[in-house]
Parts: sequence; structure tokens; C-alpha cells
Amino acid sequence: MHAMLDISTLHYLVLGAALFLLGVIGVLTRRNVVIVLMSIELILNAVNLNLVAFSRYWQGIHGPSALHGQVFAIFVITDAAAEAAVGLGILIAFFRNKETVNVDEVNLLKW
Amino acid sequence: MNPPVATPFFFYLLAATMIIGGILVITRKNAVHSALALITTLLAQAGLYLMLYAPFVAGVQIILYAGGIMVLFLFVIMLISIERAQKERQFNKQWLIGIVAAAALGGLFIAVYTTTTKGRVLFPEGRMSYGESDNTQRIATLLFDLHSGTYMFAFEIASLLLLVAIIGAVVMAKKRI
Amino acid sequence: MHEFIQYILSYLGNETQTPGAAGNIFWATVYILLVFVGLSVAVICMNWLERKILAHMQVRLGPMRVGPHGLLQPIADALKLLLKEDIIPAEADAIVFWVAPFIVVLAAFTVFVVVPFGPTHAITDMNIGILFMLGVSSLSVLGIVTAGWASNSHYPLIGALRSSAQMVSYEVAMGLAVVTAIMMTSLGTEGGTLSMIGIVQAQQAQGVWFIFKFFPLGLIAFAIFAIAMVAETNRAPFDLPEAESELTAGFHTEYSGFRWSLFFLAEYSAMIAVSSIAVTLWLGGWLRPFPNTLTGPTWDLVFSLFPGITFLFLAAMCFYSTARMPKHPLFRIQTIGLAGFGVVLAGIGLILFIPGVRVRIVDIFWFSAKVAGFMYLYIWYRGTFPRYRFDQLMKVGWKILLPTGLTLMILTAVVGMRAELWAQVQEVLHR
Repeated sequence: MHAMLDISTLHYLVLGAALFLLGVIGVLTRRNVVIVLMSIELILNAVNLNLVAFSRYWQGIHGPSALHGQVFAIFVITDAAAEAAVGLGILIAFFRNKETVNVDEVNLLKW
Repeated sequence: MNPPVATPFFFYLLAATMIIGGILVITRKNAVHSALALITTLLAQAGLYLMLYAPFVAGVQIILYAGGIMVLFLFVIMLISIERAQKERQFNKQWLIGIVAAAALGGLFIAVYTTTTKGRVLFPEGRMSYGESDNTQRIATLLFDLHSGTYMFAFEIASLLLLVAIIGAVVMAKKRI
Repeated sequence: MHEFIQYILSYLGNETQTPGAAGNIFWATVYILLVFVGLSVAVICMNWLERKILAHMQVRLGPMRVGPHGLLQPIADALKLLLKEDIIPAEADAIVFWVAPFIVVLAAFTVFVVVPFGPTHAITDMNIGILFMLGVSSLSVLGIVTAGWASNSHYPLIGALRSSAQMVSYEVAMGLAVVTAIMMTSLGTEGGTLSMIGIVQAQQAQGVWFIFKFFPLGLIAFAIFAIAMVAETNRAPFDLPEAESELTAGFHTEYSGFRWSLFFLAEYSAMIAVSSIAVTLWLGGWLRPFPNTLTGPTWDLVFSLFPGITFLFLAAMCFYSTARMPKHPLFRIQTIGLAGFGVVLAGIGLILFIPGVRVRIVDIFWFSAKVAGFMYLYIWYRGTFPRYRFDQLMKVGWKILLPTGLTLMILTAVVGMRAELWAQVQEVLHR
């Protein structure tokens, strides 16, 4: 019980792993493209949580300037914005052609 | 330096919010409900960043993720007709294999996080933790400083990436190129 | 029990920190309640002031019946809104319909956690103060988009999409103007900071309000922010998305009664919030006017008498109106009410002359006076300017404000670097 009450790095890592799993389930099982993209955002957030938790862990060892994890997290957020914009652009282009938002109907190149 | 207040309570509250939000994102039929659940998850994540003494990342998360990317998602959900998709089948044909794969991944995570080598845990507790009063200034030093800025090049590349993404999104979404 | 009283008293001797920074939860809660009550009173006053001032600008009188000179009109409006029937459209998504005003009010009120009414008179002082304020006020776009969507009707949807496109466009211009002001905080001895209290202290240390710094760069940055903040809050002349003659009230068409009053409350709170940002960044926050030319203890004393003088002036106007009330017996209650209100205002004014109260209130007074000036400007714009058409609105946001903001940012950086290098050269030469 005492181990559960003392919030350590491991708590954040387990939470990040749980979110990652939820995102992976979302990507692998849903048909709606928008929800798949939102699950990818969940995955990226889980990664960010890991990075910032490790940055805190490193601060305890190397001093208050060891903020590399936080800077990396900022770059990941920037990346996620760019990817969401392009992904949604592709979705709009596809929707204009085929009038559907389901991933398994994207099969025009199937033999 | 001020000690944090009621840390386990807030951690478990925010963690529960995030997990419930995540489950709602992947199980709702209505995409707008999923988007709202994702917004809740992102705001709870910003709270967790504050608990990890990372206020700048929390601020960036609120502005960019919750205030920018989710607005983009909501706009696109409104532009495509989502009512017809609500009545169709929601989960695809290989959902069972997907869940098995995710369970295997979960098993791998549990195996990694419970490893102990010679009685030592994988991530022992660090020593003294530092406050947040000059967090922004230190991140700025890492990003921009002339002598110790290790991420200046990555910053410039990120701005180039954003430019490419803007052009790409505009070209993709136009009716006639 | 004894430790609790010790806990409460331990903050009272603390002169250098806000209760949030000092970790004192009790006083932080007290400050939160004070800000909440003050904000509600301010929104009620804004309602009355808007109708009266707009009316006087349009050569008519405005509400005169409900109380003396319509002073009880906001209370009557609030009662009516609370008692109205709560209608939800038939096909509307009930959960999202309920959540949308909640998001907008949440975003509008959470911003006030970092607004600095004085060097220690804020709820807390975050390291990322201005970033937090910009971020949380951008969450209100989400509320508007979901409100328009959930109403399941054409006018709200078009209004919501237009409103959110407008808000997102002008957020970019606002952000650039804010970055220009933040760059000015890094000049001088202190080093740059994003914290709201730190920004005002930087203006104090550099001895100049940022609106006058590197003239005219500070002034143009302030002008860009002032235009963008009017568009950000969907007020005239940028109120196409919610104008009655165009879109039948836009995204809040289907909301009635209490839900509409939540949107109304959020809109006025957002106005006060962005005005606080403008006052903190450019107009020196809680600092009194002319800190450099009129220095010295006598001038400090004169300027600290202003709160009491303001309330006595308001009381004098009340008494003058009482004397001009019609002498008809039906007006007796209104006359007595107005005289009583004047007596209350005079009492507050006299309390504000006591030296102990005066020294604590003077910061809050100057901040509130500057924000009140901005509120008057909002009402003035509404009475004066015609509405922008939507394509003109987007053109102003993207093609005029954004390039000006970028140029200004680069010019401020160049001029600031020159000033810094010149100061370092002077220091080396005169050593």
C-alpha cells in the first residue's frame, strides 16, 4: 500500500504503457478513419508522458538543467500537429472521392 | 521550495480520467463524443505534466493539442457527413487478432516493468527533485543558447517540417490543384 | 483547530508571494472566491453600463423603469433568464448540448487564476503565466464549435464555424503581438519571463510601460493586440457570427434561459480576461501613471487618493440624479433607493481614504481602472463601427495583422539587440 501511495517514475511509466495499449487497440480495431487518427494521438501522448517522466528522473540525477526529455516532448507535440493536419487533409481528399470514412473500404489498388 | 500537496490523490484522479477518456475514445460510435473524450484526456495529461514539474510542456500541450489539433479534428468531423457512418459496423473484421496483439504487447510491458536484476528495480527513485520556477528559461537555454543549445538545429528542422505540413495539407484538401 | 488558525495566520505576514506560490490553500481559496464574486459583479455592471452607454451614444435613454435609472435592470434580466423554460431541440445530441456552455464558461473563468491585481494580489503566479492565459482562452473555441454542432440546425452550425474560424485566425495575430511584448521583458537586468507578475515588474524595473517602449514599436504591437482581442471575443465590429440581423444569434440560437446566460457570462469574462492581458503586457498592470516624471512621496500620496475620490465622485453623481428625479409620489421609492445607493458609494469612498486600507487597495484600483477603460472602449466600438463582412474580417486577420505582427517582432528583436549591445558597450567604456 505504501508503494502505491509514493508516486515514483514507475507509476507514470505504467500509465503511459496503459495509454499506449489503448491507442494500439484503437488503431487495430476501429473502422472509422477519424477515430484511428485520434488513437494515434493517444499513442503519441503516451510516448510524451514517458519522455517527461524520464526527464524528471534524470533531473534527480544530473541536476535541474537535464530537461532533454521535455524538449523532446515539445518536438513530438509539434510533429503530432503536422501529422494530424496532413492526415486529415488526406482524409478529406479521400472522402471527396469515395464518400466513405471506413478504413477497410480503401481498397482501390487491391488486385 | 514548496512540497506538493495531496500528490497521490491528484495522480490517481488524473490517471483515472485519462484511462476512462482513452477507453471512451476507442469505443464510441459518435466521432464527436470520441473527440470530446480525447480533449478530456489531453487536459488531464497537461495536469500530469504540471505534477512532473514541467509547466512549459503543459502550456504547450493545452495550446497546441487541446486548443489547436482538436479544433482541427472537430472541423473535419463536421465537414464529412458522420451520420451515415454511425449506423454502420464500428469494429473491423480482424478485431480479435488486434486485441491478441495488444495483449501480447501488454504482456511485454509487464515483463519489462517487473524485472529486477540482482534485487534492484529497473528505475530506482532519483534524489532531490527541483522546482519549476525557471523551467521556461532552462528550456530556452537548451533550445536557443549559443554555447549550450543542443537543439537549435532540431528547432529549425521542426519549423521546416511545419511549413511542409501546411503546404501538404492545403494541397491535399483543395478541390482542384 | 489551533494549527488551522496558525496555518491561516502564517500567510498574513508573507509580503512577497501570492497564496498559490506560498502553498497556502486556505488563502488561495479565499482569493478564488473573491475573484469569482468580483467577476460576477463586474459582468452585472457591464450589462447595465453597456445598455446605458450605448443608449446615450444613440441619443436615447436606455432602461429607466426597472430601478432608478435602470439600475436594477440586470437583476431583472438574471431573474427572467433563470425562470425561462429550458428547451432542447428535438434531434440535438443531449450530452454535447449540455457540455458546450460548460466548456466555454470553464475556459473563461480559469484564465483568472494568473491575472495579477497587484504584486502579491493574484491567486497564483505561474512560471508560464501568459502562455497559460493564451492557451486556456483558446479552449473556448472548442465550446463554440460543439455548441453549434450540437444544436442540429443550420444557423448555429454556420455561426459556429464562422466564429471559430475567426477566433483561430486572430489568435495568431494576438500571439505575435504577445511575443513582441515578451521580448521586451528580456532587456534590462532581470532576464526574460513569461510570468504575469514578472512582466509588470520588468516594466517597473525598466521604468517605462511597454506601450511607450521603442516608440512606435510598442504602440503598434498594442494596437495589433487591441484589434485582435476584439475579434477574439466576437464583439463589434467583428460580431458577424452572432449578429441578430445576419444569423439570428449564431451559435447560441438554440440556447435559451440559463444556458444562454452562461454564454453571456463567458463572453463578458473573456472580454475582461483579454483586457487584463493587454493591461498587464502594455499598460503597466498595477503601476500608477507617471511613475518617473512625478516621483516622490507627495505624488505617491496624491495618486493613492484616487480610489476614494472615484467613489465619492460616483456618489456625487447619484445625489445629483436624486435631486433631478421627478417630484411625483410614484417616484418616491426610486428616489429613496437612488439616495441610498449614493450613501453606500460615499461610505465605500470614505473607507478607501483610511491609510491602512488605501495602501492595500491602490494596486487593485489602478489595475481595475485600466481594465474598465478597456471595457468602455469595447462599448464605444459597438456603438460606432459598422460590422465587418466575413471575407473582410478574414482579410484583416491574415493579410494585414499577421504581416504587420511579424515585421514588428523582427524589428523589436533588432532594436532590442541594438539597445542591449549599446548598453554593454557603454558599460565597458565607462568602467
